[in-house]
Amino acid sequence: MTKVTLLYFARLREQFGTGSEAATLPAEVKTLNDLLAWLRARGGNWATELAEGRTYRLAVNQDMADLEAVLNDGDEVAIFPPVTGG
Amino acid sequence: MKISVQTAPFDLNAEVAALYAANPKVGAVATFLGLVRDVNEGDGVATLTLEHYPGMTEKALAKIVDEAQGRWDILDCTVIHRVGELKPTEPIVLVAVASSHRQDAFAACAFIMDYLKTQAPFWKKEVTPQGERWVEARESDDAAAARWQSQN
Repeated sequence: MTKVTLLYFARLREQFGTGSEAATLPAEVKTLNDLLAWLRARGGNWATELAEGRTYRLAVNQDMADLEAVLNDGDEVAIFPPVTGG
Repeated sequence: MKISVQTAPFDLNAEVAALYAANPKVGAVATFLGLVRDVNEGDGVATLTLEHYPGMTEKALAKIVDEAQGRWDILDCTVIHRVGELKPTEPIVLVAVASSHRQDAFAACAFIMDYLKTQAPFWKKEVTPQGERWVEARESDDAAAARWQSQN
């Protein structure tokens, strides 16, 4: 069982109605790409906001990551809109 | 090197002085001060709220400063970014780079700001007469960061 912490920020935090959740991933969820498909399957805002073609950024353990990144037990995964600081 | 993400205001003069007061090798300090504007995309802005990703923000800023140190001769550097609710004319961000000569200080300061804009996890939400809205990322910021990839 792979257990991860999921974090959402800014517009996505508002759309999902939560900033964080503890998730136990099913065996078929191995990469960030798989995780996104699993979250989209929740429907509603999850399907809309994470649809392919929408722009968002991903981080694993506080480093920017790409879709092929493999998830490990205890990882902190963040999904957020493109950044707008400065 | 000082990196700080904070709600409190900062003292520009004190921050700059701290970079050179104890180091006679410093011949130049370049600073960038970012402020809250009262207008964005044609609408008035009453307040700006800055959200960030605690932990990753500091890590991302340290990485950016690290990369700048690899490219230029930097003697010291301070990056302060404020979060929380801010009003027009309030300072948001300070990047100050100390070096022996101005070229390294200018270039590193611009580089750190360009990368901060595209790599550090901060998000701005503004209150306008039309209501609240999240500020959209700009393609011109990506272009500004990308120009450093073809240099040095």
